[in-house]
Amino acid sequence: MTYLLTQTLNGLFSAALLFLIASGLTLTFGVMKIVNIAHGSFYMLGVYVAYSVFLRTQSLLWGAVVAIVVVGTIGFVMQRYFLRRFAADPLAQMMMTMGFALLFRDGALMVWGGDPFTLQYPGWLSGSMETGDVVFPLYRLFVILVAALVGVALWLVNEKTLVGARLRAAVDDPEMASATGINVARLSGLVFAVGAGLAAFGCVMGGPILGGYAGIDFDLLPLAFVVVIVGGMGSLKGALVGSIVVGMIDNFGKALVPELSYFTLFAPMVLVLAFKPTGLYGRA
Amino acid sequence: MTITVDNGSRRPLGLRKAVGSPGWRLPVLAVLAIALVTGPLFLNSYWVGLLTQVVILAILAMSLDVLLGYTGLPSLGHAAFFGVAAYAVAVLSTAYRADFWLCVLAALFAGTVLAAIFGMIVSHVRDVYFLMITLALGMVLWGLSYRWIPVTGGDNGISGIPNLMAHAGMPWTGPVAFYYLSLIVLLVCAGLLALLVRSPFGLSLRGIRENEHRMRSLGFNTWLHCYLSYVIAAAFASVAGVMWAYYNGFVSPTYLELTASSELFLMVTLGGPATLVGPVLGAGIIVLLKNVISAYTARWLLILGIVYIVAILAAPKGIWNLGRRQSG
Repeated sequence: MTYLLTQTLNGLFSAALLFLIASGLTLTFGVMKIVNIAHGSFYMLGVYVAYSVFLRTQSLLWGAVVAIVVVGTIGFVMQRYFLRRFAADPLAQMMMTMGFALLFRDGALMVWGGDPFTLQYPGWLSGSMETGDVVFPLYRLFVILVAALVGVALWLVNEKTLVGARLRAAVDDPEMASATGINVARLSGLVFAVGAGLAAFGCVMGGPILGGYAGIDFDLLPLAFVVVIVGGMGSLKGALVGSIVVGMIDNFGKALVPELSYFTLFAPMVLVLAFKPTGLYGRA
Repeated sequence: MTITVDNGSRRPLGLRKAVGSPGWRLPVLAVLAIALVTGPLFLNSYWVGLLTQVVILAILAMSLDVLLGYTGLPSLGHAAFFGVAAYAVAVLSTAYRADFWLCVLAALFAGTVLAAIFGMIVSHVRDVYFLMITLALGMVLWGLSYRWIPVTGGDNGISGIPNLMAHAGMPWTGPVAFYYLSLIVLLVCAGLLALLVRSPFGLSLRGIRENEHRMRSLGFNTWLHCYLSYVIAAAFASVAGVMWAYYNGFVSPTYLELTASSELFLMVTLGGPATLVGPVLGAGIIVLLKNVISAYTARWLLILGIVYIVAILAAPKGIWNLGRRQSG
């Protein structure tokens, strides 16, 4: 029972990180209809930038802020100057993001070297919480809480604000949306930047546990993809449900049958696709 | 009033597309063919090795082009079939000491059957969904090659694959003979694929790429067409995998990595999708660039990233389609 509870909490922690990464990916897809291969790279860049800042300031908070700003800006520039010109050609855009993914991957190796590291979390989060037999690190609970807050914030923006309404219109039908005067191109840039920033934020949250290493970008990318495929591309709710499903399965799979960890992860995806090709909450 | 365009052609505008190539393609093709056929006679073994890589990867790139260019299905997991066939050759020829034809047939079988199974999952999805699912399936196989250590040797891979000529009991030896053998395989594959894409089946594939709804309402079973296209592409990729395993004498999980699939993707998009020459050209450019640059710097991926970006900016439809208003 204790084991089950601990594993469930661990699964929720994975789900929280996955949600932070995948929500940006799914929003980008929703508006721009492209797969962003460089999304894992945003995560990687985030963790490296945060690490550099952390080494100078000893503050995770500053690391997070700088990482979000830097990576968000990179995302915006990418969208504005390299992706927007191919608005009608999703394949060209995808190739472009792949080029950037390789560029970032090797660039990060060049600048930061390939040595693995972990970020250090603040002292006040270093304890653990004990209830009965269950001992759970406080930091992991904190991350779950933060992801939940981000989720609520994203939902509020999406459902209750003008920007959110425009966003939903653009996701549903970009042509009609621009006919009504919504600047879909600018909206795409915004979403791309926010998605990049969210990935960077996710990395700072995960940094103390997952750390950073060469190759983390392409390790996380398939996970984020599975979340988005299972949940349905373009849907925030899908990203939430998808991350919980994938986080739980990945965690229990690794704990129970470690040799099959890849299969336990991809099996639900295949099942969902077989019955609902657009994912649980996606619309064709 | 009639509109005339001075280009030496008196065909009406609407037919211009069927006329196709501006003049530069034929000379380039001739130079390319001469280089491939006579190159090894002048080059040292290092360059012959590189040319062999170009030829084998050209087979692989052409096979992806059937899917990507002709059917319009962007697969990011195509290296999987290449890798599985290579692994089949490696496992059978080292652990089981199987003879040549068994290795070849089993490898082709493995790649094709795998595609027949994966095809069930992917053939009803399109566009981005197809891309992400093939990517994920490719990652599954990569994970398998990486972790199923008793069979695949994990990260160490499998070495000790015999020399093809010796294994098959052929009278020739040496890299030049292997090169010409690969070139013959390439020509046979290119011939078969040329027949395929010009056949009624190939035309239906292009129809599906352009407008699947219309094809379906005309009575075509588009699912089956996509499925067959996927399996056929995988079968040709397996041929390349077999050649590659024998060429290298070694297999490792890097064959199945995402970077392998995306390099392949670049070969096709850079060279020109929906042409059979384009992928060969793309394979040549990428292999030569990669090896020449790697000789000077370890920053190959960085350069490759820049090549991607520049290629998309300069020739979004691929080099072989430059100057054409529409591909295909």
